[in-house]
Amino acid sequence: MSRETSLVSADWVAENINNPKVVIVEVDEDTTLYQQGHIENAITFHWRDDLQDGLIRDLISKEKFEALLSKSGISNDSTVILYGGNNNWFATYAFWYFKVYGHQDVRLLDGGRKRWELDARALVTEVPTRTATRYVAKERDNSIRAYRDEVIAAIGTLNIVDVRSPAEFSGELAAPAHLPQEQGQIKGHIPTAKNIPWSKAANEDGTFKSDTELKELYVGAGVDLAKDTIAYCRIGERSAFSWFVLHELLGVANVKNYDGSWTEYGSLVGVPVAVGA
Amino acid sequence: MKTCGATPGGPSLDGIDVTTQTIIQGVVLKVGDDGVPNGTLVANAHVRLLDRDGEFTAELPTNLQGQFRFFAAPGVWTLVVQAPGARVEQQVTAAQGVPADLVISL
Repeated sequence: MSRETSLVSADWVAENINNPKVVIVEVDEDTTLYQQGHIENAITFHWRDDLQDGLIRDLISKEKFEALLSKSGISNDSTVILYGGNNNWFATYAFWYFKVYGHQDVRLLDGGRKRWELDARALVTEVPTRTATRYVAKERDNSIRAYRDEVIAAIGTLNIVDVRSPAEFSGELAAPAHLPQEQGQIKGHIPTAKNIPWSKAANEDGTFKSDTELKELYVGAGVDLAKDTIAYCRIGERSAFSWFVLHELLGVANVKNYDGSWTEYGSLVGVPVAVGA
Repeated sequence: MKTCGATPGGPSLDGIDVTTQTIIQGVVLKVGDDGVPNGTLVANAHVRLLDRDGEFTAELPTNLQGQFRFFAAPGVWTLVVQAPGARVEQQVTAAQGVPADLVISL
C-alpha cells in the first residue's frame, strides 16, 4: 500500500496501452463518456448495471464479480488500471471493490480522465474485444468495509470522516449539487464526524496531492491516525476515494469505507444526527 | 471571461419542478480569435462548482451540446470551467425557483 503500488501516471498508461498484462477500465459517474471517447484499449464498467446487485442494496456477489471480470478478459494476475471522471470518483469506488474481492494488482491513473483530457491525449471510440478468462475472486474482505452497527458504535470513539461537501455536512444540501435535491433521508451528519471533503485530497487537475499535504489534511482536521477510521459520504463512492487516500496512499491501517453511507444512516430510525458546520 | 447576450442555452428544464430546486446551468462556447464567442459548443469541458468558501461541491463534464446543470442551494457560487489550454471562473447567484442560465465563453 503506497503511491508506488496504487497509482500510475498518464505517461505510464500511454506506454502500457498494448501491454497484454494490463487491462485498462474506465468507470464514470456519467456513463455516456466512454462511448464518446476513451483511452485506447480501455473497457468500461457501469457503476450501477455492473457493480450494484440490482435487487437488494449490496455489492454484487462474489460469483457475479467473477463473471464480470471473466467476461471482461481480466485474469487474477492482470494489472488493472482504473480511471474515470470527476477526480476518479467512481474509479476509486471500483478500486475499493477490486480490493474487497482481493484482486492483487489494481491501480489508479493519477488525475483520471480529466488530467488525460487536459493534456489533450488521444481518446478513441473503438471498443476492444478481449478473450474471456476464468477469474476466481476471494471472499469479501470486510476489514475495509463498515456496516451501520459499527458506525453507530464508533460515534465518539473512532475517527468518523464525513467526506461530503460542507453544504451536505451542515444539512444545507441533501445530495451533491449536480443531483436533484429531493431525497428520502433527513439532512445532517453523524455526530462526532469530522468533515473533510473528499475533493480536498485532489489538485484542481484531478491528481492527488502529495503525501505530506494529505497527511496534514487529515491530521490537521483532527483525525488521530493511530485510531481506526470509518469514512462515509452519501452512497459510498466519494468515501471510497478518501478510503483510497488514507489506506492506499498514506498506508494507514484499519480504514473502512461505510458504503451504506448517508442514504442508509439518514434513513435509520432513532439514530443520533447532528447539523451545522 | 465574457458572457454574451445570446439566449442562454442550458439543458431543457422539461420534467423538472423548478419551483423546488435551485438550478445553476448553462452552455460553454468557444471564444474566437476576435475574443467573441463564435457559437462553437465545447463538449467535455470540466465544470466545477465551488461554494461561497471556495470549497469543491461538484464537478461535471459538459454534454455533447456543451451544456451542464447543477442543483444547488440559494446563495453565491463559483463555476470553474476547464478544457485543454483554457480555464475561466465565473460567480453566480442562485435562487430557488429561478434557474440561473449562463453562457460561458472559454
